[in-house]
Amino acid sequence: MNSRNDTTSSTRSTRSARGALTTLVTWILVLIFFFPVFWMVLNGFKPESLASSVDPTFIFKPVTEGYQLAMDRGMAGYLQNSLTAAVIATIISVTLAIPAAYALSIRRVKNVENSLSFFISTRFMPLAAIVLPLFMIFKTIGLLDNIYMLGIVYGAMNLPVTVWMMRSFFLEVPYEIIEAARVDGAGMFREIVRIVLPLVLPGVAAAALISFIFAWNEYFLALLLTSSAARTTPPFLGSFVDGRGQFLAVLSAAATIAALPVILAGWAAQKQLVRGLSMGAIK
Amino acid sequence: MLANKRMLALGTGAVAVAMTVTACSSGAVQSGSGSTGAAGGAVTLKVATVNNGQMKDMEKLKTEYESANPGVTVNFQVMEEGDLRAAVTADVASGAGQYDIVTIGAYETPQWGANGWLVDLTPELQSDASYDVNDLLPPVRDVNTFDNKLFAVPFYGESSILMYNKEVLDKAGVTISQTPTWQEVAAAAKKVNTADMAGICMRGKPGWGDLFAPLTTVVQTFGGNWYDSSWKATVNTPEWKEAVTFYKTMLDESGEKDPVSYSFNECLTALKEGKAAMWADASVAASMLEAADSPVKGKMGYAHMPVDKTKESGWLWSWNLAIPTSTKQKDAAVKFVKWATSKEYIKLVGTKIGWSNVPPGSRTSTYELPEYKDAAKAYAPITLDVMSSVNPKQPGVNPQPWVGIQYVSIPEFQDVGNQCAQLVADYLANRGTIDDALGKCQTIAQTAGDKHKK
Repeated sequence: MNSRNDTTSSTRSTRSARGALTTLVTWILVLIFFFPVFWMVLNGFKPESLASSVDPTFIFKPVTEGYQLAMDRGMAGYLQNSLTAAVIATIISVTLAIPAAYALSIRRVKNVENSLSFFISTRFMPLAAIVLPLFMIFKTIGLLDNIYMLGIVYGAMNLPVTVWMMRSFFLEVPYEIIEAARVDGAGMFREIVRIVLPLVLPGVAAAALISFIFAWNEYFLALLLTSSAARTTPPFLGSFVDGRGQFLAVLSAAATIAALPVILAGWAAQKQLVRGLSMGAIK
Repeated sequence: MLANKRMLALGTGAVAVAMTVTACSSGAVQSGSGSTGAAGGAVTLKVATVNNGQMKDMEKLKTEYESANPGVTVNFQVMEEGDLRAAVTADVASGAGQYDIVTIGAYETPQWGANGWLVDLTPELQSDASYDVNDLLPPVRDVNTFDNKLFAVPFYGESSILMYNKEVLDKAGVTISQTPTWQEVAAAAKKVNTADMAGICMRGKPGWGDLFAPLTTVVQTFGGNWYDSSWKATVNTPEWKEAVTFYKTMLDESGEKDPVSYSFNECLTALKEGKAAMWADASVAASMLEAADSPVKGKMGYAHMPVDKTKESGWLWSWNLAIPTSTKQKDAAVKFVKWATSKEYIKLVGTKIGWSNVPPGSRTSTYELPEYKDAAKAYAPITLDVMSSVNPKQPGVNPQPWVGIQYVSIPEFQDVGNQCAQLVADYLANRGTIDDALGKCQTIAQTAGDKHKK
């Protein structure tokens, strides 16, 4: 009896030690991943000389000079452009991905695997290879430096990823529910809108947020396809890099402002996101 | 909590929709100064500029130009150097006409001029006596001229000089002459080198504009160069080997730790914080070391760039304003370029922003202004002296088939320089050998040189 108790207690203590170790490793990983963000926020409140200093400083008198400088350079206009492009891209990619994912999962089309490979293959080509043809096309049709066109490009770029994500969410929908809806006389449109979408809403939210984040952070196309009126936040952030002078504080301040909308959106949609991102993983 | 999140989501959504709806027809950025810039002017000039102090000052002063020229709006798009090159090259080469005025380096001017991408400014500038084109520093004019045509005008120019902390050197009983040799500097660096302070800080970060800016001048004064006069690559030569080995030995003995992560800004910080005693780099650094908030203000000494076999070894760089041939507003663009590079503009910067902020290295007359001479007395005379003495047509011992000092004015050089800089940086970091680095670089340079053989 005693020996059994000892074994149980030893198993328990091994489990609890493992749990503590897992918690410790998790915390270490969280700190490693979070530190650059923390450092960015901290640097944004430092004077320029302190932010660029060789010796890292954690305790200092905070200043808002970096934030002031970033806003004085018209950051609001760039944020507005990023928001416009990201919202357009998200609307396009989600609206088109829903019927596409439906046709690739629930009401399967022929040669579905080939279609899937085709979708994702459009992401294989490096951006550098497509940017010049895009530049020449937009130049010819006179749509360079146009924020709506940039939003459409981002929407098209994000579409394959959104379709793939949504397809995996749609596959989770129990077929019995769809069958029941069909027996009750639901048409295809009603089936998607009233039956499928409410079930996969967390997944749609996750795909929409990913599409929004991709568009919000895109740098390369924004740099080349826009020049002034339609320029977005990422190239604006790049413009703080100065080869002949210190810039870390103002860049950190501007980057903190630029990261806020995405962090807020992620926080607001936290519950949906966690459910959505784990949906496709459950088979 | 959930209600709060919903409210926040709703609020975020509402703001998103409102901002999207209010975005103007093609975008929300109206001008460099914000989203409220004037959009109804008869002429709107779009200017692409690099992010440096002098350009940002020009952005601030554009209102002076706009009020003196009613109906003209000037929109600035400030970019990081690499971004500027990518965006402006795509625009100018394709004739897209997104920019009316572009900021380009001395490296680009002759190539773009030869390609027919830029407006020849010679007639406009020479016919205007008040502009005084001959006042532009001759070497800077040379690097912006192709086929006797001035395709860009300098807004800002720089050479390279040696900067040293006099207090530190005095304590160690070391003196530096006004025209030192590299051997003299290396010996001085060794003497003042301690565990807490590097004797000298030099660029080691891979990149044609980083490591190879100072290193090319070292190679040239040691008798080497990238190409001979018939475009035969001359990298794998004893002169290169001697120069690069010297550079590495100096850094190993008395340089900063991990030199491959150091470029201009890192060395500037090291000098300011007393982590390095000497530094050979861009002359504009002197104005930063002498700035009001600099801990080493008044403690610095300045000398010509160290030499070996040549009389001078300073580099030459200028940021210039040019007008792409694709602009539809040439006359308005020329007028603005003339204003921004005029003697009057320099005085305007002095009175409105401060005399130490005046764009250096563009005009001889700048160095005759009493207010500037007073504000920049520590470094202005040597900057003018070096910039007037360097020879971009033949900076090294032997003749070269291009005009330029720390770079080769061919389109392939950015790639050649970047690849070779990586190889040399590997050698500096003890990840490769000198023979391997120079051997591979010779092949890379020759492939590019072959395209220019006649």
